[in-house]
Amino acid sequence: MSIMGMPSASGRFGEFGGRFVPESLIPACFKLEEAFGEAWADREFTDEYRRILSEYGGRPTPVTELRRFSEQFGIRVFLKREDLAHTGSHKINNVIGQALLTKRMGKTRMIAETGAGQHGVATATAAALLGLDCVIYMGEVDVARQALNVFRMKLLGASVVTVTSGSRTLKDAINEAMREWVASVETTHYCIGSVMGPHPYPFMVREFQRIIGDEAVVQTRGILNGGVPDYVVACVGGGSNAAGTFAGFVDTSAKLVGVEPEGGAAITRGIPGIVHGMRSNLLQDDVGQVLEAYSISAGLDYPGVGPEHSYLSSIGRASYVTAGDDEVLNALQVLSRLEGVIPALEPAHAVAYVIREAGKAIPLGSSVLITMSGRGDKDAESVARILGETS
Amino acid sequence: MAAESLGDLERALRDKKNSGNKLLVPYLTAGLGNWVEALHAVIDAGADAVEVGIPFSDPIMDGPIIQEASQKALEAGATPAGILSELRRSSFAVPIAIMTYYNIVHHAGHDRFAKELADCGVSGSIIPDLQLDEAGEWMVSARENGVDNVMMAAPSSSPERLRRLADNSRGFVYGIGLMGVTGVRNSLADSASEIARRLKEYTDKPVLVGVGVSTTEQAVQVSRIADGVIVGSALVQRLLAGGGPQGAFDLMRQFRNALDAG
Ligand SMILES: Cc1ncc(COP(=O)(O)O)c(C=O)c1O
Repeated sequence: MSIMGMPSASGRFGEFGGRFVPESLIPACFKLEEAFGEAWADREFTDEYRRILSEYGGRPTPVTELRRFSEQFGIRVFLKREDLAHTGSHKINNVIGQALLTKRMGKTRMIAETGAGQHGVATATAAALLGLDCVIYMGEVDVARQALNVFRMKLLGASVVTVTSGSRTLKDAINEAMREWVASVETTHYCIGSVMGPHPYPFMVREFQRIIGDEAVVQTRGILNGGVPDYVVACVGGGSNAAGTFAGFVDTSAKLVGVEPEGGAAITRGIPGIVHGMRSNLLQDDVGQVLEAYSISAGLDYPGVGPEHSYLSSIGRASYVTAGDDEVLNALQVLSRLEGVIPALEPAHAVAYVIREAGKAIPLGSSVLITMSGRGDKDAESVARILGETS
Repeated sequence: MAAESLGDLERALRDKKNSGNKLLVPYLTAGLGNWVEALHAVIDAGADAVEVGIPFSDPIMDGPIIQEASQKALEAGATPAGILSELRRSSFAVPIAIMTYYNIVHHAGHDRFAKELADCGVSGSIIPDLQLDEAGEWMVSARENGVDNVMMAAPSSSPERLRRLADNSRGFVYGIGLMGVTGVRNSLADSASEIARRLKEYTDKPVLVGVGVSTTEQAVQVSRIADGVIVGSALVQRLLAGGGPQGAFDLMRQFRNALDAG
């Protein structure tokens, strides 16, 4: 039995997860759970999912050894190249699965939230590919800092709704998408972008993302003569690229490390709470109001985290650390110059942690796999602005 | 059900229902302006119970009006403890139920929160994101402290779920009038009367319909089948527009008169 196996019947990983949504949505959650369970056991469905991800999505993505970077930091570092997947991030793995499921359930429309815009672009892409209507909810702050992705979504035929409530970032985009889902649940599937939300989403999205870890464990065994990396490191916003990566390594000897942004460190600084349909670690004030996260990267700007990460942390199977904006900007530049890979700001958090801890928490000579969850194009403009201002 | 196990909220609403009257339960957001006066005003206008909203940062069951009220209340410094202590300071002629989201309850702790409600004279709770399958612990704490936890039933709920929701609900059964979030609507959804009719097959508890009941005509129409209505956004809209306690009184008096006239 894998440590990352099935959640309990009530959707719990340990004491985390569950289904904390209005009654109106409960039938849809049951239906989705059943539909996913059947589809995932149906060879025809999984073949179609894999075929699309390979013919269209560019899978398998390679594992790249970072020779100059490794030499500089005295450790042996590999990247799992989700930045090379279609649409430029790991988000495509999840949306192809959910779009196929949407059709299988007889629904014609997908809605989604997005922070960085990567999940919005991926959802709009899958909707275009499979002929589904698509509406994306995005906070006003993110619309401004991810303008390129807003345009991409529109090109792909999706409508983008600017969310002006609350903190006007990912958290509020999720609230608005949930409200819209309540009103349209008959025809519409809510394509959640990470391993969060009510059961079965955290489980389902992890399964759609486990292709990252399942590929990487085989690829690294090939490189490491049958061994696995000493460390497997991924950034954690909601936690989907990390969960998908960890799923491939959780039953090996690899140490698993999730890197949260300093200003949105739900596991490191939060306590268990309930938001967006799940019980998990959550940044909240002293009476239980949800706090606004702050991060330089829109994709990690989230006060909660997927429940399975709270579980993996609680049992000590994975550890969670933080990286701050300055070291993230530095890591982005170091990786770009040494390896010719411009990372998105989100995975730059994982790179920053590895740079900081090489020779410290990560002993010299260790092998490290970092999930490069997305490419940096979407952030180029805002990074240019910041570097122009600060240097 | 044995009479002695009834909480204050359910007893009051059953009595009123059994005397042949339709029930009027306004909702207002606590912490917004002079809300305590508005609360007294809606009671003076003829409310049979009042739903007092403890604002939450992420109200996923609420539309723009109650979102705005919640945000304003939070910006003005509203806290659960502050709101409850205001309630403790007054006495009210009808039962008060609080409406909030589960993280507020979870954060305080089930027993502690239930005790605090009871201490402050609150006799009911409505927690829209705490559906039946997750509500067990809170239902025990609430019951032990004499707080009636009201379950919400949706147009999408299966017959089997409606029966379980009705069985487990205390105080009354909350029928959600439409598939959507709270807000003012121009016409009554067909699902409003339908959810009341379906619930009444399973229970003799008072069945009230809320969400999308915005006008006196809509209230009268749905109350042909339901035992009464919950009116939230229409009232909060008036308060946000600066109507004050008098505006709240006038609006609820219209609903009272309309329901009494039938
Ligand atoms: C490139 C990239 N990485 C990571 C994330 C964070 O999401 P998750 O933690 O679910 O992988 C995002 C989210 O937008 C992203 O765009």
